[in-house]
Amino acid sequence: MNEAYFLSILVFSPLLGIIILALLPKNSETLIKFIGFLATVPTLVLSLIAFFQYRGGADLNRYDVKADWIHFGDFAEMGLFKIDYELGLNGLSLVLIVLTAIVSSLAAIASVHIKSEWKGYFMLFLLLEIGMLGVFAAENLILFFIFFEITMIPMFFLIGKWGYFEKEKAAYSYLIYNGLGSAVLLIVIVILFARAGTSNIEALAQLMAVENPNTPAPISESLKFGLLISLLIAFGVKLPIFPLHTWMLRVHVQAPPSIVMIHSGILLKIGAFGLIRFGMGIFPEQFQSLAGLLAVLGVINLLYGAFLAWIQKDFKMVLAYSSISHMGIVLIGLGAMNEAGIQGAIFQVVSHGLISALLFFLVGIFYERFHTSTISSLGGMAKGMPITAGFLLAGALASLGLPGMSGFVSEFMAFLGLFGEMPVLAAIGCIGIIMTAVYLLRAVLGMTYGKAHREFAGITDMKSVEYVPVLVLTALIVLIGVYPSVLSETLQATLETIMLGLGG
Amino acid sequence: MDLETLLSYDWGVMAPEFIILGVATILSIVDLFAPKHFNRRILGWIGLAGILAALASLFNLAGLEATSILYETFRLDSFAKAFKILLLIGSALVMLIAISYEPKEGMQEYKGEFYYLFLTGLLGAMMMSSSGDLITLFVGLELLTISSWILAGIRKKHLPSNESAMKYVVNGGISTAITLFGMSYVYGITGTTNLMEMGPTLAQLANSQYLYILALSFFMIFIGLSFKLATAPFHMWAPDVYQGAATPVTAFLSVVSKTAGFALLVRIIIVVYLSTPAGTSGLSAMTPLLVSLQDYIAFLAGATMIIGNVVALRQRNIKRLFAYSSIAHAGYLLVAVTALSAFMFDALWFYLGAYLFMNVGAFAVIQIMTGSSDREDIGEFAGLYKRSPILAVSMAVFILSLAGIPGTAGFIGKLNIFMGALITEPAHYVLAAVMIATTVVSYFYYFGILTQMFFRPAASMEKINIPIGLVIAIIISVAATILFGILPNIGFDFLHTNFNGFVDLLQ
Repeated sequence: MNEAYFLSILVFSPLLGIIILALLPKNSETLIKFIGFLATVPTLVLSLIAFFQYRGGADLNRYDVKADWIHFGDFAEMGLFKIDYELGLNGLSLVLIVLTAIVSSLAAIASVHIKSEWKGYFMLFLLLEIGMLGVFAAENLILFFIFFEITMIPMFFLIGKWGYFEKEKAAYSYLIYNGLGSAVLLIVIVILFARAGTSNIEALAQLMAVENPNTPAPISESLKFGLLISLLIAFGVKLPIFPLHTWMLRVHVQAPPSIVMIHSGILLKIGAFGLIRFGMGIFPEQFQSLAGLLAVLGVINLLYGAFLAWIQKDFKMVLAYSSISHMGIVLIGLGAMNEAGIQGAIFQVVSHGLISALLFFLVGIFYERFHTSTISSLGGMAKGMPITAGFLLAGALASLGLPGMSGFVSEFMAFLGLFGEMPVLAAIGCIGIIMTAVYLLRAVLGMTYGKAHREFAGITDMKSVEYVPVLVLTALIVLIGVYPSVLSETLQATLETIMLGLGG
Repeated sequence: MDLETLLSYDWGVMAPEFIILGVATILSIVDLFAPKHFNRRILGWIGLAGILAALASLFNLAGLEATSILYETFRLDSFAKAFKILLLIGSALVMLIAISYEPKEGMQEYKGEFYYLFLTGLLGAMMMSSSGDLITLFVGLELLTISSWILAGIRKKHLPSNESAMKYVVNGGISTAITLFGMSYVYGITGTTNLMEMGPTLAQLANSQYLYILALSFFMIFIGLSFKLATAPFHMWAPDVYQGAATPVTAFLSVVSKTAGFALLVRIIIVVYLSTPAGTSGLSAMTPLLVSLQDYIAFLAGATMIIGNVVALRQRNIKRLFAYSSIAHAGYLLVAVTALSAFMFDALWFYLGAYLFMNVGAFAVIQIMTGSSDREDIGEFAGLYKRSPILAVSMAVFILSLAGIPGTAGFIGKLNIFMGALITEPAHYVLAAVMIATTVVSYFYYFGILTQMFFRPAASMEKINIPIGLVIAIIISVAATILFGILPNIGFDFLHTNFNGFVDLLQ
């Protein structure tokens, strides 16, 4: 295959699925679901090819694509105010693209539980996948923003149409919070673009690194600081950082489980990705002065999420607060500003992506059978559905950071990083780790071994197709847990670049 | 004036105007003499053909350098050409909608005038964008305004339509008077009505006392024109008129009338107030008067955006909602005028073009949905996706474009305006923030329509018949909205190759 088109095909191949789906009759359920899944496969295959080629020593630059796209005004000769169509990969974005491809394919399998209007569902689903892939592959800010917004519209419909009881409220909540977040992001992006004349991320990083760069309009130090704070708010909504998190609880509870797999697994990670790529990448100097704040916010997220997860009655709410709590660890890792911390943060991004996808897939399985996710009413599940209960326990153990699973590696590294810089804060944060074990075990044991409130006779355990996502995700979680270098080697080059920007 | 001088003028530059004038005349005569039961829909198609012919003759003139005829009162420069393209395309689309318009009580007897009044209105708008003199400018303005008044009240037996025409006349009269008052000051100071001659006179204005009068005249002209633009403080007519008028007329007002208003506003303020120094000595002698008045325009732009977007939240009537949305969009365009950046012309032209397609498209769908029933509640859109998926998706494209979502022309337009506001030194941070914040507010009501179409069950599953004119209008609008959203450079390149950044505006 011609490498010039490799990335474009990787990102846009779900489009083919959308077109085919548009031509199908709307009542052929099985066919639509099959095509919907099939459309995610090319991306998966291509991203894995890139991953293994990179691990085999190939250079990622060879996938770069660049083409003229938009020129604003009459400055094209000077190379100013033009937006190119440029996609590229680095270690971090490659890892996240692989994660996106895997979780999307598995979520497409999980979508067997969707009950109506499969055609519209899968078309939006695939559009969402394009948006996510594009976000990670974009090499300039405007392109990033465009893909970022492309994820927003399908999500609004997917939540609002296929969600549960309060779905429209959740969809609006999602729209407005994320709309505000991306509004702030757009301000930052356009200020940078308008005043620096370019929106290429690398070019911007170089411009910001020198004093008084030659730009069409000046960018003062205080402006840079303001831009970074705005970035923090914009991505703080996405991540989410307390107190910008309420929308995310609603989405977790109201959206269909297959969409929450994507939401919790990938979309929240865009926040972390943005902070690392743009916050650290473009404003390393200013970022350092915010490190303490980030670490404090991280510890607040960790503890707040953990304590509130403890008292929830609905397992979906437990997982929602658990997501907040786990995103705290990402912030802690970033706040540490050293290699171990940042590596821990990225590991946590990947690990939580896999774990929450697994847990929400399991939620989908028993919600399909019992139409509830309240902990007390699911008591005694181990008797009726031993396999589901077993995987649920495995997922919970991974989430609370049991050694040998991916959660442990990331938490360990993030805290290692923070103990090196701010030991007191790290010590406080450790309470969160204990709390994580408490709330997860309380919830999971309540469901699996708790008092049985219902008859489990006649309830089938996992079906054949449902095994695929569960096994794949569990295998990956264990793989990263016992052999972390599968990730760390891929991330090495990117980490070195970041550390170089931060001043070693 | 003898025949020889008359013939010596380069009348060719007015070819598009002559075509429109000729077709309008023919239509009115045919309408007058045709028998009563003669199907007047054919007149609409003739009108459309006339507009397309005018467009073709305009493209024929594209390479021509700036020309003035009739003692410099009529100017065909690249600015005029660029805006005339928008006016003609907008009118063509409106005409397509108008051909398929069939109100409840029927309007067979005035159908002829319905069509040719669009053409006279268009003629006025084209004169406005081409005028080099306050007199022609005002005549063009009046031609457009008076045609619009009649059009607003064309449904003679429909009460809201009468009300809207009445309100439009009263408001329009006041605003015209204010504009004219402002112009009289400019004439008083410069002693000429010609825009090109005013520039040099004003540039050497020695007496600082005149500046106050000039500033006053600026406000009067600007506020009077805000009627045409539907911006604060003269926006109040819009909701009532938009609601009461026939849907094609509403589309005409929101697209053609607004575009003409902006063309006129930009020409006046650039030619007159940008060449006037803000003071007689020191730094202020170096800054144009317009720049020193920027804050006031910014204030009006901000107020317009806030009023438009916030009040739209409370609307249940779809046409009222679009009236407020149209006010909001005029506010966004004023941001570009405020900033006066290098991107101003690009941004205005592109945004007006994008707005033309998305708004006419949306009004085409509104016309189908409100149809002959006159029920205009947004509840009428409930379950549209079930009834007609293609129509629902088309409307979704227009709505997303109006909301400024990437992938549509509306986003690129907003981005360009936004960049203009932030590139200047000092940058207009507050204005940009207001613009983006109100855009988020607009999500509420735009997505409210999407909610109706996609999430709510339909009241009836009655099949929707779409007349051919509307099919064409919607297809063109969807295609253009997406095309200019994904490949905006088609538009920007066209602008730069043909019009060269409007450098001949002041020559």
